[in-house]
Amino acid sequence: MSALKPNVVIGGVLVGVVALAALVGMIWTPFNPLAVSFTARLAPPSELHWLGADEFGRDVLSRLMVAAATSARISLLTVVGALFAGTTVGLVAGYFQGWTDRILMALNNALLAFPGILLALGLLAIMGANEYGIILALGVAYSPSVARVVRGAVLSLRETDFVAASRIMDNSEIYTIVRHILPNCIAPLIVLATSMFGWALLAESALSFLGLGVPPPAATWGNMLAASRPFIAQAVWLGLFPGLCISLTLMGINLLGDALRDRLDPRMRGV
Amino acid sequence: MIRFISKRLLTALPTLLIVAMLVFVMIRLIPGDPAALMLGDRTDPASLADLHRRLGLDQNIATQFVRWFGHVLRGDLGASIRTGEPVLPLVVNRFWVSAGIVVTAVALAALIAVPAGMIAAWRQNEALDVGIVSAATLLLSIPSFWLGLLLLYAFGLKLGWLPVVGYVAFSENPFAALLYIVLPVVTLVLHETGVLIRMARASTLEVLRLDYITNARAKGLSEPAILVRHAFRNAFGPTWTLIGLVFGNLFAGIAVIETVFTIPGLGRLLVDSIFGRDYPVIQGCLLFIAFTYVGTNLVVDLLYPLFDPRVTAQ
Repeated sequence: MSALKPNVVIGGVLVGVVALAALVGMIWTPFNPLAVSFTARLAPPSELHWLGADEFGRDVLSRLMVAAATSARISLLTVVGALFAGTTVGLVAGYFQGWTDRILMALNNALLAFPGILLALGLLAIMGANEYGIILALGVAYSPSVARVVRGAVLSLRETDFVAASRIMDNSEIYTIVRHILPNCIAPLIVLATSMFGWALLAESALSFLGLGVPPPAATWGNMLAASRPFIAQAVWLGLFPGLCISLTLMGINLLGDALRDRLDPRMRGV
Repeated sequence: MIRFISKRLLTALPTLLIVAMLVFVMIRLIPGDPAALMLGDRTDPASLADLHRRLGLDQNIATQFVRWFGHVLRGDLGASIRTGEPVLPLVVNRFWVSAGIVVTAVALAALIAVPAGMIAAWRQNEALDVGIVSAATLLLSIPSFWLGLLLLYAFGLKLGWLPVVGYVAFSENPFAALLYIVLPVVTLVLHETGVLIRMARASTLEVLRLDYITNARAKGLSEPAILVRHAFRNAFGPTWTLIGLVFGNLFAGIAVIETVFTIPGLGRLLVDSIFGRDYPVIQGCLLFIAFTYVGTNLVVDLLYPLFDPRVTAQ
Protein backbone atom coordinates (compact mmCIF):
# COMPACT_ATOMS: atom_id res chain seq x y z
CA MET A 1 0.00 0.00 0.00
CA SER A 2 1.55 3.28 -1.09
CA ALA A 3 -0.30 6.44 0.00
CA LEU A 4 -2.41 6.46 3.13
CA LYS A 5 -6.14 6.65 2.51
CA PRO A 6 -7.85 9.86 3.67
CA ASN A 7 -10.01 7.78 6.07
CA VAL A 8 -6.93 6.49 7.86
CA VAL A 9 -5.52 10.01 8.14
CA ILE A 10 -8.77 11.47 9.52
CA GLY A 11 -9.23 8.54 11.92
CA GLY A 12 -5.62 8.73 13.05
CA VAL A 13 -5.79 12.49 13.66
CA LEU A 14 -9.05 12.19 15.66
CA VAL A 15 -7.78 9.36 17.85
CA GLY A 16 -4.38 11.06 18.15
CA VAL A 17 -5.85 14.36 19.37
CA VAL A 18 -7.99 12.62 22.00
CA ALA A 19 -5.07 10.45 23.14
CA LEU A 20 -2.86 13.54 23.41
CA ALA A 21 -5.53 15.45 25.36
CA ALA A 22 -5.88 12.47 27.71
CA LEU A 23 -2.11 12.23 28.23
CA VAL A 24 -1.71 15.96 28.84
CA GLY A 25 -4.75 15.85 31.14
CA MET A 26 -2.97 13.33 33.34
CA ILE A 27 -0.26 15.85 34.27
CA TRP A 28 -1.74 19.27 33.51
CA THR A 29 -5.16 20.84 32.99
CA PRO A 30 -5.96 24.58 32.60
CA PHE A 31 -7.96 24.45 35.86
CA ASN A 32 -8.44 21.93 38.65
CA PRO A 33 -11.26 19.83 37.14
CA LEU A 34 -12.96 19.51 40.54
CA ALA A 35 -12.50 23.11 41.72
CA VAL A 36 -15.85 24.81 42.32
CA SER A 37 -16.17 28.53 41.54
CA PHE A 38 -19.35 30.49 42.15
CA THR A 39 -18.29 33.43 39.99
CA ALA A 40 -17.79 31.15 36.98
CA ARG A 41 -21.14 29.38 37.40
CA LEU A 42 -22.55 28.51 33.90
CA ALA A 43 -19.97 30.85 32.32
CA PRO A 44 -20.11 30.68 28.50
CA PRO A 45 -16.95 29.91 26.50
CA SER A 46 -14.47 32.75 26.90
CA GLU A 47 -10.75 33.43 26.85
CA LEU A 48 -10.49 32.25 30.43
CA HIS A 49 -12.73 29.17 30.15
CA TRP A 50 -12.28 28.09 26.53
CA LEU A 51 -15.21 25.71 26.56
CA GLY A 52 -17.16 27.42 29.33
CA ALA A 53 -17.90 26.33 32.89
CA ASP A 54 -20.57 24.06 34.36
CA GLU A 55 -23.27 24.59 36.97
CA PHE A 56 -20.65 24.50 39.76
CA GLY A 57 -18.27 26.80 37.87
CA ARG A 58 -15.91 23.94 37.04
CA ASP A 59 -13.88 24.39 33.84
CA VAL A 60 -15.37 22.24 31.06
CA LEU A 61 -12.14 21.83 29.07
CA SER A 62 -10.24 20.58 32.12
CA ARG A 63 -13.02 18.13 32.93
CA LEU A 64 -13.14 16.88 29.31
CA MET A 65 -9.38 16.25 29.40
CA VAL A 66 -9.53 14.27 32.64
CA ALA A 67 -12.60 12.42 31.37
CA ALA A 68 -10.72 11.39 28.21
CA ALA A 69 -8.13 9.63 30.35
CA THR A 70 -10.82 7.95 32.46
CA SER A 71 -12.75 6.71 29.43
CA ALA A 72 -9.59 5.53 27.69
CA ARG A 73 -8.45 3.66 30.80
CA ILE A 74 -11.83 1.97 31.30
CA SER A 75 -12.14 1.01 27.63
CA LEU A 76 -8.57 -0.29 27.44
CA LEU A 77 -8.86 -2.41 30.59
CA THR A 78 -12.23 -3.74 29.37
CA VAL A 79 -10.71 -4.78 26.05
CA VAL A 80 -7.65 -6.35 27.68
CA GLY A 81 -9.85 -8.25 30.13
CA ALA A 82 -12.23 -9.46 27.42
CA LEU A 83 -9.33 -10.50 25.17
CA PHE A 84 -7.66 -12.45 27.96
CA ALA A 85 -10.79 -14.25 29.19
CA GLY A 86 -12.26 -14.81 25.73
CA THR A 87 -9.01 -16.06 24.21
CA THR A 88 -8.50 -18.53 27.04
CA VAL A 89 -12.01 -19.93 26.70
CA GLY A 90 -11.80 -20.00 22.89
CA LEU A 91 -8.43 -21.74 22.84
CA VAL A 92 -9.46 -24.38 25.37
CA ALA A 93 -12.81 -25.05 23.69
CA GLY A 94 -11.40 -25.16 20.17
CA TYR A 95 -8.31 -27.18 20.95
CA PHE A 96 -9.68 -29.84 23.29
CA GLN A 97 -13.15 -30.10 21.64
CA GLY A 98 -15.56 -32.79 22.88
CA TRP A 99 -17.51 -32.12 26.07
CA THR A 100 -15.25 -29.26 27.17
CA ASP A 101 -16.13 -27.50 23.93
CA ARG A 102 -19.84 -28.29 24.14
CA ILE A 103 -20.25 -27.01 27.70
CA LEU A 104 -18.12 -23.90 27.20
CA MET A 105 -19.90 -23.02 23.97
CA ALA A 106 -23.38 -23.59 25.42
CA LEU A 107 -22.53 -21.06 28.14
CA ASN A 108 -20.89 -18.78 25.61
CA ASN A 109 -23.94 -18.79 23.33
CA ALA A 110 -26.24 -18.07 26.26
CA LEU A 111 -24.08 -15.07 27.17
CA LEU A 112 -24.23 -13.99 23.53
CA ALA A 113 -28.01 -14.26 23.77
CA PHE A 114 -27.85 -11.24 26.08
CA PRO A 115 -27.22 -7.94 24.36
CA GLY A 116 -23.89 -6.70 25.81
CA ILE A 117 -25.33 -3.61 27.47
CA LEU A 118 -28.09 -5.66 29.16
CA LEU A 119 -25.57 -8.09 30.66
CA ALA A 120 -23.55 -5.11 31.86
CA LEU A 121 -26.66 -3.53 33.43
CA GLY A 122 -27.45 -6.80 35.22
CA LEU A 123 -23.91 -7.17 36.53
CA LEU A 124 -23.79 -3.53 37.62
CA ALA A 125 -26.99 -4.14 39.58
CA ILE A 126 -25.00 -6.70 41.55
CA MET A 127 -21.68 -4.92 41.86
CA GLY A 128 -22.79 -1.32 42.15
CA ALA A 129 -21.72 1.55 39.93
CA ASN A 130 -18.00 2.26 39.97
CA GLU A 131 -15.04 2.12 37.64
CA TYR A 132 -14.10 -1.48 38.36
CA GLY A 133 -17.71 -2.60 38.23
CA ILE A 134 -17.97 -1.21 34.68
CA ILE A 135 -14.71 -2.81 33.56
CA LEU A 136 -15.73 -6.19 34.94
CA ALA A 137 -19.31 -5.96 33.62
CA LEU A 138 -18.31 -4.88 30.11
CA GLY A 139 -15.38 -7.31 30.07
CA VAL A 140 -17.73 -10.20 30.85
CA ALA A 141 -20.21 -8.90 28.27
CA TYR A 142 -17.62 -8.76 25.45
CA SER A 143 -15.52 -11.85 26.12
CA PRO A 144 -18.01 -14.29 24.48
CA SER A 145 -17.45 -12.57 21.11
CA VAL A 146 -13.70 -13.05 21.54
CA ALA A 147 -14.16 -16.67 22.54
CA ARG A 148 -16.22 -17.34 19.43
CA VAL A 149 -13.68 -15.78 17.07
CA VAL A 150 -10.75 -17.60 18.69
CA ARG A 151 -12.53 -20.94 18.78
CA GLY A 152 -13.38 -20.63 15.10
CA ALA A 153 -9.77 -19.86 14.23
CA VAL A 154 -8.47 -22.73 16.38
CA LEU A 155 -10.86 -25.25 14.82
CA SER A 156 -9.41 -24.60 11.37
CA LEU A 157 -5.81 -24.24 12.59
CA ARG A 158 -5.95 -27.56 14.47
CA GLU A 159 -6.12 -29.43 11.18
CA THR A 160 -3.09 -27.70 9.64
CA ASP A 161 0.19 -29.51 9.05
CA PHE A 162 2.28 -27.26 11.28
CA VAL A 163 0.11 -28.04 14.30
CA ALA A 164 0.27 -31.76 13.52
CA ALA A 165 4.05 -31.40 13.18
CA SER A 166 4.29 -29.72 16.57
CA ARG A 167 2.40 -32.64 18.13
CA ILE A 168 4.56 -35.23 16.42
CA MET A 169 7.62 -33.42 17.75
CA ASP A 170 6.21 -34.26 21.18
CA ASN A 171 5.66 -30.63 22.19
CA SER A 172 3.24 -30.18 25.09
CA GLU A 173 -0.34 -29.15 24.33
CA ILE A 174 0.16 -25.78 26.01
CA TYR A 175 3.34 -25.12 24.02
CA THR A 176 1.55 -25.99 20.76
CA ILE A 177 -1.36 -23.70 21.61
CA VAL A 178 0.75 -20.73 22.67
CA ARG A 179 3.56 -21.07 20.13
CA HIS A 180 1.69 -22.20 17.03
CA ILE A 181 -2.04 -21.54 17.33
CA LEU A 182 -2.28 -18.25 19.24
CA PRO A 183 -0.07 -16.18 16.86
CA ASN A 184 -2.35 -17.13 13.98
CA CYS A 185 -5.41 -15.77 15.79
CA ILE A 186 -3.87 -12.30 16.18
CA ALA A 187 -5.16 -10.68 12.96
CA PRO A 188 -8.90 -11.22 13.58
CA LEU A 189 -8.36 -10.33 17.24
CA ILE A 190 -6.83 -6.95 16.39
CA VAL A 191 -9.87 -6.13 14.25
CA LEU A 192 -12.24 -7.25 17.00
CA ALA A 193 -10.28 -5.41 19.72
CA THR A 194 -10.57 -2.13 17.81
CA SER A 195 -14.34 -2.53 17.54
CA MET A 196 -14.57 -3.53 21.20
CA PHE A 197 -12.67 -0.41 22.23
CA GLY A 198 -15.36 1.64 20.48
CA TRP A 199 -18.19 -0.44 22.03
CA ALA A 200 -16.66 -0.07 25.49
CA LEU A 201 -16.26 3.69 25.11
CA LEU A 202 -19.87 4.08 23.98
CA ALA A 203 -21.22 1.72 26.65
CA GLU A 204 -19.25 3.45 29.40
CA SER A 205 -20.61 6.83 28.27
CA ALA A 206 -24.15 5.45 28.13
CA LEU A 207 -23.87 3.87 31.60
CA SER A 208 -22.38 7.07 33.04
CA PHE A 209 -25.18 9.01 31.34
CA LEU A 210 -27.70 6.76 33.14
CA GLY A 211 -25.92 7.35 36.44
CA LEU A 212 -24.65 3.77 36.56
CA GLY A 213 -21.08 4.59 35.57
CA VAL A 214 -18.27 6.43 37.28
CA PRO A 215 -19.98 8.40 40.06
CA PRO A 216 -19.66 12.22 40.29
CA PRO A 217 -17.79 14.43 41.09
CA ALA A 218 -15.27 12.54 38.91
CA ALA A 219 -15.77 13.63 35.31
CA THR A 220 -16.68 11.33 32.43
CA TRP A 221 -18.10 12.44 29.10
CA GLY A 222 -21.29 10.49 29.87
CA ASN A 223 -21.93 11.92 33.33
CA MET A 224 -21.11 15.45 32.10
CA LEU A 225 -23.82 15.01 29.44
CA ALA A 226 -26.27 13.74 32.03
CA ALA A 227 -25.53 16.70 34.31
CA SER A 228 -26.01 19.13 31.41
CA ARG A 229 -29.64 18.11 30.82
CA PRO A 230 -31.33 20.48 33.30
CA PHE A 231 -29.22 23.41 32.03
CA ILE A 232 -29.47 22.73 28.31
CA ALA A 233 -31.67 25.79 27.64
CA GLN A 234 -29.35 28.25 29.42
CA ALA A 235 -25.96 26.65 28.77
CA VAL A 236 -25.97 24.61 25.58
CA TRP A 237 -22.15 24.27 25.58
CA LEU A 238 -22.43 21.96 28.58
CA GLY A 239 -24.27 19.44 26.42
CA LEU A 240 -22.39 20.20 23.23
CA PHE A 241 -18.75 19.51 23.99
CA PRO A 242 -18.88 16.17 25.88
CA GLY A 243 -21.06 14.69 23.10
CA LEU A 244 -18.72 16.06 20.47
CA CYS A 245 -15.81 14.37 22.25
CA ILE A 246 -17.60 10.99 22.29
CA SER A 247 -18.69 11.30 18.64
CA LEU A 248 -15.30 12.37 17.28
CA THR A 249 -13.47 9.66 19.23
CA LEU A 250 -15.92 6.99 18.05
CA MET A 251 -15.63 8.23 14.49
CA GLY A 252 -11.84 8.03 14.66
CA ILE A 253 -12.02 4.49 16.03
CA ASN A 254 -14.59 3.43 13.40
CA LEU A 255 -12.48 4.83 10.55
CA LEU A 256 -9.29 3.17 11.84
CA GLY A 257 -11.20 -0.04 12.51
CA ASP A 258 -12.54 -0.18 8.94
CA ALA A 259 -9.05 0.41 7.55
CA LEU A 260 -7.54 -2.29 9.78
CA ARG A 261 -10.24 -4.74 8.76
CA ASP A 262 -9.58 -4.07 5.07
CA ARG A 263 -5.89 -4.78 5.54
CA LEU A 264 -5.96 -7.68 7.98
CA ASP A 265 -9.11 -9.54 7.09
CA PRO A 266 -9.90 -9.49 3.37
CA ARG A 267 -12.94 -11.72 3.86
CA MET A 268 -14.69 -9.09 5.96
CA ARG A 269 -13.78 -6.27 3.56
CA GLY A 270 -16.28 -3.45 3.53
CA VAL A 271 -18.68 -4.97 6.05
CA MET B 1 -39.51 -26.60 5.56
CA ILE B 2 -41.21 -28.10 8.63
CA ARG B 3 -37.92 -29.74 9.56
CA PHE B 4 -36.18 -26.37 9.33
CA ILE B 5 -38.75 -24.70 11.58
CA SER B 6 -38.81 -27.41 14.21
CA LYS B 7 -35.02 -27.66 14.26
CA ARG B 8 -34.66 -23.92 14.77
CA LEU B 9 -37.32 -23.94 17.50
CA LEU B 10 -35.54 -26.78 19.29
CA THR B 11 -32.20 -24.94 19.31
CA ALA B 12 -33.86 -21.91 20.92
CA LEU B 13 -35.11 -23.92 23.93
CA PRO B 14 -31.75 -24.69 25.60
CA THR B 15 -30.68 -21.07 25.02
CA LEU B 16 -33.79 -19.81 26.81
CA LEU B 17 -33.19 -22.25 29.67
CA ILE B 18 -29.55 -21.18 30.13
CA VAL B 19 -30.56 -17.52 29.86
CA ALA B 20 -33.10 -18.10 32.65
CA MET B 21 -30.43 -19.83 34.76
CA LEU B 22 -28.02 -16.93 34.22
CA VAL B 23 -30.61 -14.34 35.25
CA PHE B 24 -31.49 -16.43 38.32
CA VAL B 25 -27.86 -16.88 39.37
CA MET B 26 -27.05 -13.23 38.64
CA ILE B 27 -29.70 -11.99 41.04
CA ARG B 28 -28.72 -14.59 43.67
CA LEU B 29 -25.13 -13.31 43.54
CA ILE B 30 -26.27 -10.06 45.12
CA PRO B 31 -24.93 -9.92 48.64
CA GLY B 32 -27.59 -10.08 51.35
CA ASP B 33 -30.73 -12.02 52.09
CA PRO B 34 -33.66 -11.38 49.71
CA ALA B 35 -36.19 -12.15 52.44
CA ALA B 36 -34.62 -9.58 54.78
CA LEU B 37 -34.68 -7.07 51.92
CA MET B 38 -38.37 -7.66 51.29
CA LEU B 39 -39.36 -7.31 54.93
CA GLY B 40 -37.30 -4.18 55.40
CA ASP B 41 -35.88 -3.06 58.74
CA ARG B 42 -38.70 -4.16 61.01
CA THR B 43 -38.11 -7.88 60.93
CA ASP B 44 -38.22 -10.44 63.70
CA PRO B 45 -36.53 -13.83 63.29
CA ALA B 46 -39.87 -15.69 63.22
CA SER B 47 -41.37 -13.84 60.24
CA LEU B 48 -37.98 -13.98 58.50
CA ALA B 49 -37.89 -17.77 58.86
CA ASP B 50 -41.50 -17.92 57.70
CA LEU B 51 -40.77 -15.91 54.57
CA HIS B 52 -37.70 -18.06 53.94
CA ARG B 53 -39.94 -21.11 53.92
CA ARG B 54 -42.57 -19.47 51.70
CA LEU B 55 -39.95 -18.28 49.19
CA GLY B 56 -38.25 -21.66 49.31
CA LEU B 57 -34.97 -20.08 50.40
CA ASP B 58 -34.41 -22.92 52.88
CA GLN B 59 -34.06 -25.37 49.96
CA ASN B 60 -30.94 -26.01 47.89
CA ILE B 61 -30.19 -23.80 44.91
CA ALA B 62 -31.24 -26.32 42.22
CA THR B 63 -34.65 -26.84 43.85
CA GLN B 64 -35.02 -23.09 44.17
CA PHE B 65 -34.31 -22.64 40.47
CA VAL B 66 -36.82 -25.29 39.41
CA ARG B 67 -39.42 -23.71 41.67
CA TRP B 68 -38.68 -20.19 40.40
CA PHE B 69 -38.65 -21.30 36.75
CA GLY B 70 -41.97 -23.08 37.27
CA HIS B 71 -43.43 -19.78 38.45
CA VAL B 72 -41.86 -17.95 35.50
CA LEU B 73 -43.43 -20.40 33.04
CA ARG B 74 -46.81 -19.73 34.61
CA GLY B 75 -46.21 -15.99 34.18
CA ASP B 76 -45.47 -15.33 37.85
CA LEU B 77 -42.37 -13.13 38.13
CA GLY B 78 -43.00 -12.18 41.74
CA ALA B 79 -43.88 -8.75 43.09
CA SER B 80 -42.04 -5.46 43.30
CA ILE B 81 -40.34 -4.91 46.68
CA ARG B 82 -41.10 -1.19 46.56
CA THR B 83 -44.71 -1.11 45.42
CA GLY B 84 -45.91 -4.69 45.85
CA GLU B 85 -47.18 -4.67 42.25
CA PRO B 86 -46.90 -7.97 40.37
CA VAL B 87 -43.83 -7.78 38.11
CA LEU B 88 -45.16 -9.28 34.87
CA PRO B 89 -48.00 -6.80 34.16
CA LEU B 90 -45.66 -3.94 35.11
CA VAL B 91 -42.98 -5.17 32.71
CA VAL B 92 -45.48 -5.85 29.91
CA ASN B 93 -47.08 -2.39 30.21
CA ARG B 94 -43.71 -0.68 30.04
CA PHE B 95 -42.67 -2.99 27.20
CA TRP B 96 -45.48 -1.72 24.95
CA VAL B 97 -44.32 1.85 25.47
CA SER B 98 -40.77 0.97 24.37
CA ALA B 99 -41.93 -1.39 21.63
CA GLY B 100 -43.96 1.32 19.89
CA ILE B 101 -40.88 3.49 19.58
CA VAL B 102 -38.43 0.71 18.73
CA VAL B 103 -40.58 -1.00 16.09
CA THR B 104 -41.41 2.28 14.31
CA ALA B 105 -37.78 3.36 14.38
CA VAL B 106 -36.35 0.08 13.08
CA ALA B 107 -38.95 -0.16 10.30
CA LEU B 108 -38.23 3.39 9.12
CA ALA B 109 -34.47 2.91 9.41
CA ALA B 110 -34.65 -0.24 7.29
CA LEU B 111 -36.79 1.49 4.66
CA ILE B 112 -34.20 4.24 4.33
CA ALA B 113 -31.03 2.23 4.81
CA VAL B 114 -31.59 -0.72 2.47
CA PRO B 115 -32.17 1.34 -0.72
CA ALA B 116 -29.43 3.79 0.31
CA GLY B 117 -26.94 0.99 0.90
CA MET B 118 -27.81 -0.70 -2.38
CA ILE B 119 -27.45 2.55 -4.34
CA ALA B 120 -24.09 3.19 -2.67
CA ALA B 121 -22.91 -0.28 -3.69
CA TRP B 122 -24.20 0.22 -7.23
CA ARG B 123 -22.20 3.46 -7.51
CA GLN B 124 -19.17 2.04 -5.66
CA ASN B 125 -16.30 4.55 -5.16
CA GLU B 126 -18.17 7.33 -6.95
CA ALA B 127 -19.07 10.59 -5.21
CA LEU B 128 -22.56 9.33 -4.30
CA ASP B 129 -21.13 6.21 -2.62
CA VAL B 130 -18.49 8.18 -0.71
CA GLY B 131 -21.20 10.59 0.43
CA ILE B 132 -23.55 7.85 1.64
CA VAL B 133 -20.78 5.91 3.41
CA SER B 134 -19.44 9.05 5.11
CA ALA B 135 -22.92 9.98 6.28
CA ALA B 136 -23.45 6.45 7.60
CA THR B 137 -20.14 6.43 9.48
CA LEU B 138 -20.96 9.84 10.94
CA LEU B 139 -24.44 8.75 12.08
CA LEU B 140 -23.01 5.54 13.53
CA SER B 141 -20.47 7.47 15.58
CA ILE B 142 -22.92 9.88 17.22
CA PRO B 143 -24.26 8.37 20.45
CA SER B 144 -28.06 8.28 20.34
CA PHE B 145 -28.41 10.00 23.70
CA TRP B 146 -26.38 13.00 22.54
CA LEU B 147 -28.21 13.16 19.21
CA GLY B 148 -31.48 13.06 21.15
CA LEU B 149 -30.32 15.88 23.40
CA LEU B 150 -29.35 18.01 20.37
CA LEU B 151 -32.66 17.36 18.58
CA LEU B 152 -34.52 18.14 21.77
CA TYR B 153 -32.62 21.42 22.06
CA ALA B 154 -33.18 22.38 18.40
CA PHE B 155 -36.78 21.29 17.79
CA GLY B 156 -38.17 21.38 21.30
CA LEU B 157 -36.51 24.38 22.94
CA LYS B 158 -35.29 26.67 20.14
CA LEU B 159 -37.95 26.13 17.47
CA GLY B 160 -40.69 24.99 19.82
CA TRP B 161 -42.19 22.65 17.22
CA LEU B 162 -42.38 19.55 19.37
CA PRO B 163 -43.01 18.76 23.04
CA VAL B 164 -39.78 18.54 25.03
CA VAL B 165 -40.39 15.80 27.56
CA GLY B 166 -43.08 13.34 28.46
CA TYR B 167 -45.24 10.68 26.94
CA VAL B 168 -48.89 10.23 26.02
CA ALA B 169 -50.32 6.75 25.43
CA PHE B 170 -51.64 6.10 21.93
CA SER B 171 -54.96 4.89 23.36
CA GLU B 172 -55.47 8.20 25.22
CA ASN B 173 -54.84 10.67 22.43
CA PRO B 174 -53.39 9.31 19.19
CA PHE B 175 -52.36 12.70 17.80
CA ALA B 176 -50.56 13.86 20.94
CA ALA B 177 -48.98 10.40 21.23
CA LEU B 178 -47.46 10.80 17.77
CA LEU B 179 -46.11 14.26 18.59
CA TYR B 180 -44.40 12.92 21.70
CA ILE B 181 -42.68 10.02 19.98
CA VAL B 182 -41.45 11.96 16.91
CA LEU B 183 -38.15 13.04 18.48
CA PRO B 184 -37.23 9.70 20.11
CA VAL B 185 -38.11 7.84 16.91
CA VAL B 186 -36.15 10.23 14.68
CA THR B 187 -33.14 9.94 17.00
CA LEU B 188 -33.17 6.16 16.79
CA VAL B 189 -33.85 6.15 13.03
CA LEU B 190 -30.83 8.36 12.34
CA HIS B 191 -28.51 6.21 14.42
CA GLU B 192 -29.70 2.81 13.20
CA THR B 193 -29.78 3.95 9.57
CA GLY B 194 -26.01 4.43 9.86
CA VAL B 195 -25.60 0.86 11.11
CA LEU B 196 -27.86 -0.73 8.48
CA ILE B 197 -26.56 1.22 5.44
CA ARG B 198 -23.08 -0.21 5.89
CA MET B 199 -24.37 -3.77 6.01
CA ALA B 200 -26.74 -3.31 3.06
CA ARG B 201 -23.91 -1.81 1.01
CA ALA B 202 -21.40 -4.51 1.90
CA SER B 203 -23.69 -7.42 1.08
CA THR B 204 -24.86 -5.79 -2.17
CA LEU B 205 -21.23 -5.27 -3.21
CA GLU B 206 -20.56 -8.95 -2.72
CA VAL B 207 -23.56 -9.96 -4.84
CA LEU B 208 -22.90 -7.46 -7.64
CA ARG B 209 -19.54 -9.17 -8.30
CA LEU B 210 -21.19 -12.52 -9.08
CA ASP B 211 -21.49 -14.00 -12.56
CA TYR B 212 -25.27 -14.05 -12.68
CA ILE B 213 -25.33 -10.24 -12.38
CA THR B 214 -22.89 -9.95 -15.29
CA ASN B 215 -25.13 -12.35 -17.15
CA ALA B 216 -28.20 -10.22 -16.42
CA ARG B 217 -26.35 -7.14 -17.69
CA ALA B 218 -25.21 -9.04 -20.81
CA LYS B 219 -28.75 -9.97 -21.70
CA GLY B 220 -29.58 -6.25 -21.65
CA LEU B 221 -31.60 -5.84 -18.45
CA SER B 222 -31.87 -2.30 -17.15
CA GLU B 223 -29.81 -1.40 -14.07
CA PRO B 224 -32.88 -0.85 -11.82
CA ALA B 225 -34.20 -4.27 -12.85
CA ILE B 226 -30.87 -5.88 -12.01
CA LEU B 227 -30.71 -4.19 -8.61
CA VAL B 228 -34.30 -4.81 -7.60
CA ARG B 229 -35.06 -8.20 -9.15
CA HIS B 230 -31.67 -9.90 -9.04
CA ALA B 231 -29.35 -8.27 -6.52
CA PHE B 232 -31.85 -7.45 -3.78
CA ARG B 233 -33.03 -11.00 -3.05
CA ASN B 234 -29.52 -12.30 -2.60
CA ALA B 235 -28.12 -9.26 -0.86
CA PHE B 236 -30.83 -8.69 1.73
CA GLY B 237 -30.08 -11.72 3.95
CA PRO B 238 -27.26 -10.32 6.14
CA THR B 239 -29.13 -7.01 6.57
CA TRP B 240 -32.25 -8.90 7.65
CA THR B 241 -30.26 -10.77 10.30
CA LEU B 242 -28.73 -7.49 11.47
CA ILE B 243 -32.21 -5.94 11.74
CA GLY B 244 -33.05 -8.69 14.24
CA LEU B 245 -29.93 -7.93 16.27
CA VAL B 246 -30.61 -4.18 16.14
CA PHE B 247 -34.06 -4.84 17.57
CA GLY B 248 -32.71 -6.75 20.54
CA ASN B 249 -29.95 -4.25 21.19
CA LEU B 250 -32.40 -1.37 21.09
CA PHE B 251 -34.61 -2.97 23.72
CA ALA B 252 -31.55 -3.39 25.91
CA GLY B 253 -30.19 0.10 25.24
CA ILE B 254 -33.45 2.06 25.06
CA ALA B 255 -32.96 3.33 28.63
CA VAL B 256 -30.71 6.19 27.46
CA ILE B 257 -33.29 7.46 24.96
CA GLU B 258 -36.07 7.09 27.52
CA THR B 259 -33.94 9.09 29.94
CA VAL B 260 -33.36 11.91 27.45
CA PHE B 261 -37.05 12.21 26.58
CA THR B 262 -38.51 11.14 29.96
CA ILE B 263 -40.48 8.21 28.54
CA PRO B 264 -41.80 5.60 31.01
CA GLY B 265 -40.58 2.56 29.06
CA LEU B 266 -38.97 -0.76 29.89
CA GLY B 267 -35.41 0.59 29.88
CA ARG B 268 -36.25 3.29 32.39
CA LEU B 269 -38.03 0.70 34.57
CA LEU B 270 -34.88 -1.44 34.63
CA VAL B 271 -32.59 1.47 35.49
CA ASP B 272 -34.95 2.83 38.16
CA SER B 273 -35.18 -0.65 39.70
CA ILE B 274 -31.38 -0.90 39.77
CA PHE B 275 -31.26 2.41 41.65
CA GLY B 276 -34.05 1.27 43.97
CA ARG B 277 -32.54 -2.22 44.48
CA ASP B 278 -35.90 -3.70 43.51
CA TYR B 279 -34.52 -7.13 42.65
CA PRO B 280 -37.71 -8.91 41.52
CA VAL B 281 -38.32 -6.12 38.99
CA ILE B 282 -34.66 -6.14 37.85
CA GLN B 283 -34.91 -9.90 37.39
CA GLY B 284 -38.19 -9.56 35.51
CA CYS B 285 -36.82 -6.88 33.17
CA LEU B 286 -33.61 -8.78 32.44
CA LEU B 287 -35.52 -11.97 31.73
CA PHE B 288 -38.12 -10.24 29.60
CA ILE B 289 -35.59 -8.32 27.50
CA ALA B 290 -33.36 -11.37 27.04
CA PHE B 291 -36.35 -13.53 26.01
CA THR B 292 -37.47 -10.77 23.60
CA TYR B 293 -33.97 -10.76 22.12
CA VAL B 294 -33.89 -14.54 21.64
CA GLY B 295 -37.50 -14.44 20.39
CA THR B 296 -36.91 -11.72 17.79
CA ASN B 297 -33.84 -13.48 16.45
CA LEU B 298 -35.86 -16.69 16.25
CA VAL B 299 -38.64 -14.97 14.27
CA VAL B 300 -36.05 -13.31 12.02
CA ASP B 301 -34.47 -16.70 11.30
CA LEU B 302 -37.84 -18.35 10.67
CA LEU B 303 -38.84 -15.64 8.18
CA TYR B 304 -35.48 -15.83 6.39
CA PRO B 305 -36.56 -18.54 3.89
CA LEU B 306 -39.35 -16.25 2.60
CA PHE B 307 -36.83 -14.35 0.49
CA ASP B 308 -33.97 -16.83 0.46
CA PRO B 309 -35.35 -20.37 0.05
CA ARG B 310 -31.81 -21.84 -0.02
CA VAL B 311 -31.48 -21.89 3.78
CA THR B 312 -34.19 -24.53 4.26
CA ALA B 313 -32.32 -26.85 1.93
CA GLN B 314 -29.21 -26.87 4.13
